[in-house]
Amino acid sequence: MPKKASSTISKSGRLFGESCIVLWLGACAAISLLTTAAIIGLLLKESFTFFENVSPLEFFFGTSWVPILQPSSYGVLPLLWGTLQVTIGAAIIAIPLGLACAIYLSEYASPRMRSYVKPILELLAGIPTVVYGYFALTFVTPLLRLFFPQVQVFNALSAAIVVGIMILPMIATLSDNALRAVPDSLRQGAYALGATSFEVTTKVVVPAGLSGVMASFLLAISRAIGETMAVTIAAGQTPNLTLSMFESIQTMTAYIVQVSLGDTPTGGIAYQTLFAVGALLFAITLIINIFSQWILGRYREVYD
Amino acid sequence: MSLISETDRKKLNRRKRKAVIFSRFCAAVTWSSVLLLAVLLYQVAADGIAWLDWQFLSSFPSRFPERAGIKSAVVGTLWLISLVALISIPIGVSSALYLEEFAKPGKLNKFIEVNISNLAGVPSIVYGILGLAFFVRFFALERSLLSGALTMSLLILPVIIIASREAIRTVPMSIRYAAFSLGATRWQTTWAHVLPASFPGIMTGVILALSRAIGETAPLIMIGALTFVAFLPAGPMDSFTALPIQIYNWISRPQEEFHELAAAGIFVLLAILLLLNASAIYIRNKTEKRLK
Repeated sequence: MPKKASSTISKSGRLFGESCIVLWLGACAAISLLTTAAIIGLLLKESFTFFENVSPLEFFFGTSWVPILQPSSYGVLPLLWGTLQVTIGAAIIAIPLGLACAIYLSEYASPRMRSYVKPILELLAGIPTVVYGYFALTFVTPLLRLFFPQVQVFNALSAAIVVGIMILPMIATLSDNALRAVPDSLRQGAYALGATSFEVTTKVVVPAGLSGVMASFLLAISRAIGETMAVTIAAGQTPNLTLSMFESIQTMTAYIVQVSLGDTPTGGIAYQTLFAVGALLFAITLIINIFSQWILGRYREVYD
Repeated sequence: MSLISETDRKKLNRRKRKAVIFSRFCAAVTWSSVLLLAVLLYQVAADGIAWLDWQFLSSFPSRFPERAGIKSAVVGTLWLISLVALISIPIGVSSALYLEEFAKPGKLNKFIEVNISNLAGVPSIVYGILGLAFFVRFFALERSLLSGALTMSLLILPVIIIASREAIRTVPMSIRYAAFSLGATRWQTTWAHVLPASFPGIMTGVILALSRAIGETAPLIMIGALTFVAFLPAGPMDSFTALPIQIYNWISRPQEEFHELAAAGIFVLLAILLLLNASAIYIRNKTEKRLK
């Protein structure tokens, strides 16, 4: 029968076509591996060139960052410290408040309330960072200067505040998910023993969901470290090793933006600093991200 | 006579009070963050609304604030987002299909999985550095729309892959078994049944990823999107500007008028994002109902 013959031919054709498609799908999945390889390879290679010109000792322990003007000096500590200032400030704001939000959403809010609040938090998380920069410069800083006249136009504090606001929804939604994964039987057991809602939350629910909560803190901190536009706009462009939150500083990310805005010729040391600072930034965020995944895997409480 | 002593009652009351205060504190914090969103939106609207007119939407940037507009920025953003969608959606969905439907579970698959979640956590500016070194310099694509679109696509690929995989995972196995039992190959099953069934979920993820790309500024600054563009790009190899770049440019000028222009630009940007987010939430709610 001709019909049967044609169907066997088309079957082998079909299988050939199918393996082509699978090859294409696999190639697409491999792009993610290539991206990682490209990032790591590029940063390593260019950083090595950089360290041929500048000793690692000067880079990691030098306290002055003057990459473009002469006499130049390449101590990354002021940039690192600037990033830390903003990140610590943001974490001090966002961690307690974000956790309080998460506790409200998972323990106290009615399902209806939750269905209103959670999308709003997601919207807050979806606002572009350049908008937060605008908010810092035109709203937060003037407000701060009302109370502390010595605050400079560009300052670490307003950057820390808006970055804190920015990562708060992330902590709130991720921790909410972690707390809601704690089974109700634990809560009911604690209530049956006469615990108040405060005791149930702080002594049972949060400890039980701690791995997810900690992971959300770490992810938010890593996001704050990599945050670029808000800190570039709000914190200024002055590499500054200072304890004061009222002064203009520069973070690692803000420095990278500053270099790429100017016309830096390819191949010079100033161009290579881009990759050295980028590599440091990448390494820090990667370590924190891996650590947070490790916590999730290692300390996850499984309830069945 | 009461069952518990006076001191125990006091202790009990204190604990109860503590619980009430705590619950009110958590509620207050949550509502303040909602309030904060309102303040932010109000601030932007109050600063920018006066500048928001047809002249602003249809003019090129200018040194004179009263003549400046966002035409080239809006067109640039539309170009960019279309190219990003064209590049990242097929690749992202294909990767997700491969990982969920075709790859054999094993070390390699696990490694790709870990790799993707790590890529999702890489700061956007690092993607900018990658784009600058590879697309702009190495492949000599210059400061073109294509360089920007390729960089942005790499940035949002992990987001698309993760969201698509979650959507694909919700498709019940019974659908696949039914197709296999009728003699369909794996790809026919995937193409005709798994993909359509997970389509709404994939679309939601894609829309959210694209809205992230619209707002991203740092990678575009890195690859050298221009801040002053008085022409419209005609093809993917033209240089360009985009809304967030234009906004950043206006913010970084000292004059008050330019800050207000920035607010007007932010207004337009947020309007576009709100529209996209609303459509994503709409799709999600609709499919949630259907699955019930």
